[in-house]
Amino acid sequence: MRYSDVMKKIVIAATAILFSSTAFAEHTGVPTKGERVFRKCRSCHEVGEGAKYKVGPALNNLMGQQVGVLSGDKASKALRRAGELGMVWDLKTLEVFLRKPKALIPKTKMSFAGLKKHEDRANIIAYFSNLGAGEEAVKRDPRLSDEILALKGDVEYGEYLASGCTTCHQLDGSDQGLPSIIGWPTSIFATAMHAYKNKDRENPVMQQQAGALDNDEIAALAAFFSGVTK
Amino acid sequence: MKLNRRSFVGAGVVAAASLSAPVVMGAARPRVVVIGGGAGGATAARYIAKGSKGAIDVTLIEPTRTYYTCFFSNLVLGGVRDFGSIGHTYGKLASDYGINVVHEWAIGVDRDAKTVTLASGSSLSYDRLILSPGIDFREGAVKGWDVTSQNKMPHAYKAGSQTQLLKAQIDAMPQGGTYAMIAPPNPFRCPPGPYERISMVAHTLKRHNPTAKILIIDPKPKFSKQGLFTDGWDRHYDGMIDIIGPDFGGADASVDPDAMTVTIDGEVTKVDVCNVIPAMKAGKIAEIAGVTNDKGWAPVNAHDMSSKMDENVHVLGDSSQQGDMPKSGFSANSQAKVCAMAVRGALTGSKVFPAKFSNTCWSLIEVDDGIKVGASYKATDAKIEKVSGFISKNGEDAGTRKATYEESVGWYNGITADMFG
Repeated sequence: MRYSDVMKKIVIAATAILFSSTAFAEHTGVPTKGERVFRKCRSCHEVGEGAKYKVGPALNNLMGQQVGVLSGDKASKALRRAGELGMVWDLKTLEVFLRKPKALIPKTKMSFAGLKKHEDRANIIAYFSNLGAGEEAVKRDPRLSDEILALKGDVEYGEYLASGCTTCHQLDGSDQGLPSIIGWPTSIFATAMHAYKNKDRENPVMQQQAGALDNDEIAALAAFFSGVTK
Repeated sequence: MKLNRRSFVGAGVVAAASLSAPVVMGAARPRVVVIGGGAGGATAARYIAKGSKGAIDVTLIEPTRTYYTCFFSNLVLGGVRDFGSIGHTYGKLASDYGINVVHEWAIGVDRDAKTVTLASGSSLSYDRLILSPGIDFREGAVKGWDVTSQNKMPHAYKAGSQTQLLKAQIDAMPQGGTYAMIAPPNPFRCPPGPYERISMVAHTLKRHNPTAKILIIDPKPKFSKQGLFTDGWDRHYDGMIDIIGPDFGGADASVDPDAMTVTIDGEVTKVDVCNVIPAMKAGKIAEIAGVTNDKGWAPVNAHDMSSKMDENVHVLGDSSQQGDMPKSGFSANSQAKVCAMAVRGALTGSKVFPAKFSNTCWSLIEVDDGIKVGASYKATDAKIEKVSGFISKNGEDAGTRKATYEESVGWYNGITADMFG
């Protein structure tokens, strides 16, 4: 698959919007707050067990999905085309799309003006990321201090450490048997890793991996993976 | 930040044009030659090429054009996966990462001249050499067997035509026939491998040849995940599998490939399939390079996987003697990343971080009944040292076992993407 001129334009537009959004650098959304923001979407979208296509698709596994895939046959031409050109729902595309859907995909059928507040967007993205974690949804652990979650990770170190993850989790976000871990907000990623480290989450392979990492190393991984796009 | 192949190819061209390599001032790009395109070698080649963005010239020497993974080859024997699904090619390593992939045998290494000789007679020079040739078999390890007998009594411990051959033999067994395995002594490639194989052979026999028998002739008093395997065999294949351990002559078996017999403690048994997995040593090229010890393995430094005999040679995976890690594809892949980082650091001055290693070995006992064992490791001056580990437990519910198997499928897809791009 190649980037065409259309995709380049979309990327340029998205990049321009991203850089104008100064608050975007902090991906510190809170899933529970995002759940409240999601009320605005419920007339058209369902989530959770048994969620079905309503006016728009069920959004259970949104993060890391190719644009248009969740809508299946019902995807608009515009959405399907963007997906075919390689666009994926991740931190960056969702931040732009949720701010003003038609700014990213002008011919989308989604008639929603957008979420004007950065905070709402960050929270709902955190909520969507959390949905991807299924039953093991990321809950805020009271033992995790704001300082630990706000640690700014060394991306270069994160890239090296990430090579320990990519033996199983694929960098292109495909999830054949194991979840995609790219494009997660850093706070969600770090919370999930600390939950494995503290053995609150059960998978022994992940407990092993997370157990070998200190707070800075988890922050480094979170910083690296949050920046990986398809 | 974009880290996909598309952007890499573009960025690589720019980087190659603008980067100068600090170590070899004014000279051509530093050269890395990797021998062996498996979990260690392919991963190391890919990570060096990817990380250096074209600043290092990487050549990968691998004789086979299609590489069949040893991991999951037991599932092929069991009919759980098809043979084609474990075959992989090197096209992307060449097209997307700029690696010079050479399908030839390496037959010589001159460590003073820093050159590798290929079977065709041509020679390649290197600044760093990475050896990841897997295993070879010790001559005379099983009395009566040598590699010329491998068609009659296959080892199937290097995947490919041997896998297909052994599967065909199992499928052609007469009703009520006997499959025998001569299991290897420690240390050997993939500690749970022979026992997962027994499980998969039992899986297929149970369906197509339910009165058949399986005989394991084992020189070891115990083996990896033993309690988990024997529990699973009792549950799924009751009465089908017998183990003859060292107390009953398991360490003193000989075979006659023409007569298709196994002799244990003087007693001759006629068998229908005989899967001989002999004692192992490092792949031949490691021995030719002179980096192996009297035990046949290549001792390495844990921090960068460099040979204890030559700092410009690194040895990965099954061939290496590194300490506590088992010889597995996962281990080789993990070691390759540490090695790739160290080699890049030495040749281009890129940042080097402390070595971290991990391993997990999944095994399938019966469809949807998966188990696993794993550990994390660190580098010390003496060896790769185990930090902590875990293992599946007997009595886990069916959902957990199924999830473990599904996880292994995810891992297979992940590691093969990590190796071949």
